[in-house]
Amino acid sequence: MPKILAVGEISNGVLKKASRETTSVGKRLGGAVDAILLGSGASAGVAELAKHGADTVYVGEISPYNGEAYAKAVVDVVKSKGYDIIILPHSWIGRDISARIATALNTGVISDATEISLEGDRVKIRKPVYSGKAFVNLKLKTSPQVVTIRPNAHPISEAAGAGKAETITVDASSAKAKEVKFEAKGGTRVPLTEADIVVSGGRGIKGPENFPLIEQLADLLGAGVGATRAVVDAGWCDHTLQIGQTGLTVSPTLYIAVGISGAIQHMAGMGSSKYIVAINKDPDAPIFKVATYGIVDDLFQVVPPLKEELKAALGR
Amino acid sequence: MNTLVLIKQVPDTEAKINVVGGKISEAGIKWTISPYDEIALEEAIRIKEKSGGTVTAIAVGDDSVQNALRSAFAMGADIAIHVKVENYQMLDSFGIAKAIASAIEGADYKVILAGRQGADSDNGQVPYILGTLKGWPVVPFAKKVEVSADKATIVCEAEGGEATYEASLPVIITANAGLNEPRYPSLKGIMASKKKPIESKTADISAETKIEVLGFEPPPARPAGRIIDGADAAEKARALVKALREEIKVI
Ligand SMILES: Cc1cc2nc3c(=O)[nH]c(=O)nc-3n(C[C@H](O)[C@H](O)[C@H](O)COP(=O)(O)OP(=O)(O)OC[C@H]3O[C@@H](n4cnc5c(N)ncnc54)[C@H](O)[C@@H]3O)c2cc1C
Repeated sequence: MPKILAVGEISNGVLKKASRETTSVGKRLGGAVDAILLGSGASAGVAELAKHGADTVYVGEISPYNGEAYAKAVVDVVKSKGYDIIILPHSWIGRDISARIATALNTGVISDATEISLEGDRVKIRKPVYSGKAFVNLKLKTSPQVVTIRPNAHPISEAAGAGKAETITVDASSAKAKEVKFEAKGGTRVPLTEADIVVSGGRGIKGPENFPLIEQLADLLGAGVGATRAVVDAGWCDHTLQIGQTGLTVSPTLYIAVGISGAIQHMAGMGSSKYIVAINKDPDAPIFKVATYGIVDDLFQVVPPLKEELKAALGR
Repeated sequence: MNTLVLIKQVPDTEAKINVVGGKISEAGIKWTISPYDEIALEEAIRIKEKSGGTVTAIAVGDDSVQNALRSAFAMGADIAIHVKVENYQMLDSFGIAKAIASAIEGADYKVILAGRQGADSDNGQVPYILGTLKGWPVVPFAKKVEVSADKATIVCEAEGGEATYEASLPVIITANAGLNEPRYPSLKGIMASKKKPIESKTADISAETKIEVLGFEPPPARPAGRIIDGADAAEKARALVKALREEIKVI
């Protein structure tokens, strides 16, 4: 069996969902998995990861985030302990460190897997390319194998691991790029890439004064809030909410598209959602081609009663 | 201040992608500069307009990528380098980065700009591989870039917010949407772009590739959905909530 290292993420002692995903995938592929957690309050995540099967968990305390230092810490662990497969989330941090890690280990990286399996001791992944208009199956020719997995697209499973913490040092003092300032954004809602449900608004909402309609619907469902580029470009909401080819990629269980036409560039960012609901007054809107459920009607007539129905159903 | 821009040529986002025999059929595809790379190029041109120097655009691929380099000339690049390799579709990020690294050996670029990811495979790995090979810092997802004689200050979109980085030079910066609005090439620029020479280099990177492409497939069809009927909007809303609860059980 290959030796597997799952890279997790933690911040202020709060474990990111992606950490449970990489550990669960590692456990499923390898039978045994170790994990590495870098960040502020890293040791707080050890017991949590043990619940998903992690045996040894390397913990490194560091703040603020530094890509060069994170990558070096992972490389050092891989070199000294000898891992065959390194699994990272395809999150902001995973994207920032995976290719640095692979290059330092003189190997390649295959990224953003929506499916992953093991053939012999080789990892095989499947991922969407060309805005979701094709899929490609990939393997690495070199070892160790570095792979990133799409957040929210892989099941989290429970398994008892030893959860033995091993402290490592992470040092950003010699880094050539350093964070000098950080401004938190996004408020109190679940991060879009972690959300089980995402509610998104398109140009059909007509103006910024109606964006709260999307937010209220999302808050009733405990959902993340997204938007199309048309809405972002018009300045009706923050651009960090943009979903699509030039925005975020999300993979929720349920995606609710309100007043969105379903342009290919938008679908590139949400096409891997498990279920899609579309509310649009135009029966020919392309979004209906991918929708699990469609409502053809004026959104301003649909959303208010929808909110009431949800309140009643969810007891809120 | 000399800058280098990494240019990838990708199918236009509206292009229809056909898979034939496990490969992407290139017939009928219109190719363009990857949208994020256009933003990177615009930023390089702005740096030049402010602080002088030259803008070099580099593209790795077969002869067809010269079109992307002509477009870069038209926008305002001064120098274009084509690193010629065959079998472009099967190239991997490591091979591309290695080819760029050897093509720019000895050159003096202070800022290297690239798109945050290519619009074809969305990997975003080449800047990091190049940076790691060269020992240069990499700052991704830039929304604002300021360069002085000895350092760059970059505001970028980061996990959970907005981060400001300071980096030594040379630095690799990847461009995010919103960094700038790329200009349209002028008619004069387009005319001139046809006559400018493209520097040609060759690279044999067959031994460098690390990824095995097992094959492409068309996307799986999504299971058929249904339109929710009802006498009025309220009735449809009620039926939707019922379906979400009872059929797919997601709420
Ligand atoms: C290089 C490139 C990159 C791009 N990247 C992205 C990206 O990352 N993300 C993205 O989203 N887009 C992106 N786009 C833009 C994309 O092509 C579309 O223009 C955009 O997604 C359209 O947004 P929309 O659906 O909100 O607006 P529209 O296409 O205008 O659709 C609005 C919809 O609302 C419906 N509607 C109107 N009024 C009502 C009502 N009262 N009730 C119900 N329905 C109503 C209409 O029927 C229509 O279908 C990109 C484009 C390019 C060229």
